[in-house]
Formats: sequence, structure tokens, C-alpha cells
Amino acid sequence: MLIEFFYQLRKGGLKVSLTEFLTLLEALKQGLAQFSIDEFYYLARACLVKDEALYDRFDRVFAAHFKGIEQVFGPPGAAIPDDWLRQQFERIFSDEEKALMQAMNWDELMDTLRKRLEEQKEEHHGGNKWIGTGGTSPFGQGGYNPAGVRIGSRGGQRSAVKVWDQREYRNFDDSVELGTRNLKVALRRLRRFARQGAADELDLPGTIDSTARNAGYLEIKMVPERHNATKVLLFLDVGGSMDDHVRACEELFSAAKSEFKHLEHFYFHNCVYEGVWKDNRRRHTEKTPLMDVLHKYPADYKLILAGDATMSPYEITYAGGSVEHFNEETGATWMQRLLATYPKAIWLNPEPEQRWTHTPSIRILSELMEQRMFPLTLGGLERGMRELS
Amino acid sequence: MSDTSRPDQHPVTRFTGTDRYIATEDLSTAVNAAVTLGRPILIKGEPGTGKTQLAEEIARSLERPLLQWHIKSTTKAQQGLYEYDAVARLRDSQLGDVRVHDIGNYIIKGPMWEAFEQDQQPVLLIDEIDKADIEFPNDLLRELDRMEFYVYETHQTIVARHRPIIVITSNNEKELPDAFLRRCFFHYIRFPDAATMTAIVDVHYPGLKQELLKAALETFYRLREVPGLKKKPSTSELLDWLKLLLAEDIAPETLRSDDRRTVLPPMHGALLKNEQDIHLFERLIFLHQREGR
Repeated sequence: MLIEFFYQLRKGGLKVSLTEFLTLLEALKQGLAQFSIDEFYYLARACLVKDEALYDRFDRVFAAHFKGIEQVFGPPGAAIPDDWLRQQFERIFSDEEKALMQAMNWDELMDTLRKRLEEQKEEHHGGNKWIGTGGTSPFGQGGYNPAGVRIGSRGGQRSAVKVWDQREYRNFDDSVELGTRNLKVALRRLRRFARQGAADELDLPGTIDSTARNAGYLEIKMVPERHNATKVLLFLDVGGSMDDHVRACEELFSAAKSEFKHLEHFYFHNCVYEGVWKDNRRRHTEKTPLMDVLHKYPADYKLILAGDATMSPYEITYAGGSVEHFNEETGATWMQRLLATYPKAIWLNPEPEQRWTHTPSIRILSELMEQRMFPLTLGGLERGMRELS
Repeated sequence: MSDTSRPDQHPVTRFTGTDRYIATEDLSTAVNAAVTLGRPILIKGEPGTGKTQLAEEIARSLERPLLQWHIKSTTKAQQGLYEYDAVARLRDSQLGDVRVHDIGNYIIKGPMWEAFEQDQQPVLLIDEIDKADIEFPNDLLRELDRMEFYVYETHQTIVARHRPIIVITSNNEKELPDAFLRRCFFHYIRFPDAATMTAIVDVHYPGLKQELLKAALETFYRLREVPGLKKKPSTSELLDWLKLLLAEDIAPETLRSDDRRTVLPPMHGALLKNEQDIHLFERLIFLHQREGR
């Protein structure tokens, strides 16, 4: 059974190693988590998953694999005597409700629950439809439905089924839209490469140390130079079709701002032309010529362009194609200049990746970027950061 | 409740939280697995959710000695094992000190060595491992796995008398290598929900007025919901704030959300640590007030 689970996890995209799996088996052998599936779930998670971003994926595989298995551990609510339960049941629910609940079998109950979880937007206590504490709904803590499912985190003594079905770690999965915290974690990938290169700096403590070891004869030690920070040049698309993605871009911007000491940002509209700007309110009066940008910031800056790249193909490939002004040179030319100056460059696109092939302008820009276009999701950002570093 | 006079004679082997630390079920499961199998446990989570405190509380509840190793950006893995003070030896040799003939005099034990030598199984806290260099965890692989290491200077192998319970915390500033992760149990401390939070506050301030606590928690969670905050207030900030509220004897009514006169919650300095955040919050309140009119 567990071997199957192991392969399911690997198939589900979790890189579970054999040693970790053996650790889990050893833990089970030692008698940890014998009587409760909750405990087994927590134990398995602690053994097999080493990144909170993957909790959600684990939850899904676990739910799929152990669906129905919980009967082995005893049906939900088995700790409560049947008679008492029936009594409460008679007392609390109207005939209509009872009929409704009995009509639902386990699967239906779970499906309804899932639907309600999706519907529910805010915390709720009491009432009879939503999930919350102290309600008469079959779902929720303190409900009396014999097949009721506890939603809530305080375990108490009773066995609670399907904690994993809540998917509390949902917003950590890397195919989901981002919050700044997640973004920062992804951007941190760039940080680790800050201390690499040739050893060309005198390592003073190292030299003293090795000289002392060498009985007082001088022995010089060198270390690589320490680059204090990664430098980033961020170009953000604003207006038009980007309005749908303002939030994602804001998050990217605020995360990047707090993450990099050397961050320069500029705005553009749809495609990069001869002028970019730093302040959207004064975009028509205070434009910075792109040439100045190219000259001012050296090639060791890493270039990140964020935009949906959704426009008419003319805006990229034709002179005068811009929707806002008459551009003497094509957008493609300016893109090529940018890329020639900054060899480390990526394009982050908030549009879903599946849609890219259907939009000609995205295809064109992706080609210009030499396929270095990534979706603006955690996973995409990580791929992008790997490309940059 | 006193923790020193336990009625049962058997040593405690299961960790379930203490009188001043609330451990959720998933956390105690992970900790107990690590204790039973003698493997390190890696703890991640938002700052201020009690990662460091966990090690102290494990040591306290299982009645084990606690050794701490706080990691800085300059910390080397070797320093946790031992250091060879070559400079002191050089100086001694020039002064003609007799100690110089025994290299063992210049070996300074690190926290891991200390932990390996304890008479009973100790708890070793390796705090904020992500602050160190990227290679740091890799340098400790064998030591964590086999719980032994070799001292080159004196040609001796130090083997742990009891496998220490190693608690490692990380703030996720750097990614840890897979080989390292594979050797650890992992737990992510989720931000506590309202029910857990009430329990946490309860162990810190027993007898706190219920209505004050309720009002404070509402304010706190509402504050956490404010979009765009740079640093969301965490558990430890809430506890500090409650202490201030208690000290100032603030009435629960002052915290109520419908009171428009109070612009910011009282003593907000304990919750919002960033000037931009305070500014943002003020602006939001201003907007709400205008809408309400």
C-alpha cells in the first residue's frame, strides 16, 4: 500500500527519495502514528515533504490515494456512541434536513463540502449552510451529522478526517498567483550567486591562520571577491491590457524593491521604444531615452521585463506601429538593443502560459527573447531566476 | 501549574507542548518523530511564530539540557565542531610556553562537540541556518547523519554518546540543499488561527479579560488582512502588544472597530514596525471614514 503511495507521490511531482521513504517506514515501525490517520498524515508530511510550497501537492496526492482508506482507522465520529448520536440527530435536525443528509452518501457529502469550501469567502460561525463552528450544517466543527467532517484546526481527542482536504497550503503552490512573500522567496534565488568567481582578494584571517600553521612562514590565501548585491533593471508594462494584471505586477515590483539593493525600474507601454519613464503621472513630460539607460547601467545588470506582450504584431515589427506615438524605429530593434546590452534577461508574462501560442505578438517577443519568457507565477519566476543566475 | 514537580517518575519521552508553549498536533507529531528516530528536525515559518522557542520548550518538557548554536553570515560549519586556535599556539611557541607541545590545548570545542559529550540526550538548537553560507549545511551532512566527526589535529574521532535532538530553524532566506533536507524531518509552522491564538495568549496571560482578548484578536487579525503591509504583525508582536494593553489598562471598548475617533489601535507601535505600514494603515482608515459618512 505504501509503496504505491510512494510512487503516487513521485508521479505527483514530489521528489521523494528512497531514504526519506525508509525513514517514514522506520518511524511507523517505531510505533509513531499507529492509531490515527491524522497523525499518519502529519508524520508522512514531516518525513517526505521538505518545502512548504509542496504541501498542497502532497495534500492532493494524499487525498487521492487515501480516499476511502480512512475506514481502516474507523469511520468518522466512531468515538461517539451511536445511540447518543441518533438522539442528538433527532433533536437537532428537522425531518427535511435529515432526509437531505441521509440522501447524501460519503462521496456526495465530500463533493458538497468541496463546493461549499470554494463558495465560502469569509469566516463564519453558526448558520446552516456555511462551514464554520457551531452550525447545523453537516460540515464543520461541532456539527452532529454522523458523517460530518471537521473543518478547523484544533484536533482534540477525536479522529478528524480529511484535514488534508482543506488544502490550507493552497496559496503556496507554485502554479498559483503570487503574494509578495512567495515572490520574495523566489527572487532570493538570485542572491546566492553573489559570492562566486575567481579568487582575487586577499583573505586576511585565512592568511594569518595558514601562516601560523606553517610555523610562521608567510603563506598567502586568496578568496573570491564578494559581490555585495545583484543588480536588477526592471521594465514594467503599464496601461491597456495590463490593467488586468496590475496586482501581480505590483506584487512583483514591491517584492523586487525590498529584495534587491540595486534595483532600477522603468515603465513602458506594450513594447519598449526609444523612451521609457519612471513616473506614470509624468510619462509624457519626463521620458528617459532608452539609449541613456543602455549607457548608464552596465551589462552586469540583470534585465527583467514584465508585461503581457499582448498587442498587435505591428507594434513590434513596424516603424510607426506604436499606438501612442510615431516610433521611428521598430520595437523589435529596441528590444534587440536591450538584449545586446544585457545578456542576462528574462520576460515575465502574467498571461497564462497556455494562451501564449495563440497570441502572435507573444510568439514574436518570445522569439526575440530567445524563449526566455516565463509566466508570472512562482514556478515561472523560479525558472526565470535560474535563467538569470 | 508547576513544571518541576511532575508526579510520574518516568522520564517524559513525548512532546505535547508545555504550560507556556502551545504545540499543534502536526507540530508535536513531527517533533516526536524526530525525537524517536534521533534525526534533526527543520522548522520553518513566519518570523515570530516561535521557532526558536520550540527548542527551549522541548528541552524543558523532556527535561534535557539545551545547547544553542546561533548562526551568523560568517559562521562556518567547522566552528560547530571545534576550532584550532593556531594563533594562540604560535604566540605560545614564541614565548616558550610548555603547553605548546600538546596540540589538544588549542582545540576549542564547539556546540556540536559539547552536545556529543553530554551524559544524557541533549537538545541542540541550530538557529537560523539560512543565515550562513550556502555550503554550510552541506558541510554538516556527515556529522548530522552519523553523529560523529574526526579531529584532524589530535587524530581522534568524536562519537555522540547519545544522539542529540537537533532542532534547526530557518527563515527561508536561502534554499537548503536536497541532500541536507533528506536527512531532516520538516515542519512549517503555519500562522496560528484564531482558536490556537486564543490558546497561546491564554498560556501567556492567564486571566486576561475575555472581551479585551476578543477585541484585541479582532483588531489583530484585521490588521493582518490589510493588503500591502510590509511586515505583518506576528504572534510575538501580538503578545507584546497585549502586555502593553494590560499595562495601560486599556478598555476593550477602545479597540472596537466602529469607534471612528481612534484612528490607529492604541499602542500600535508594538504591532506595526514600519513607518510605511503605519502610513498605509492611516490612509486606509481615512478612506473608510469617508466612505462611512
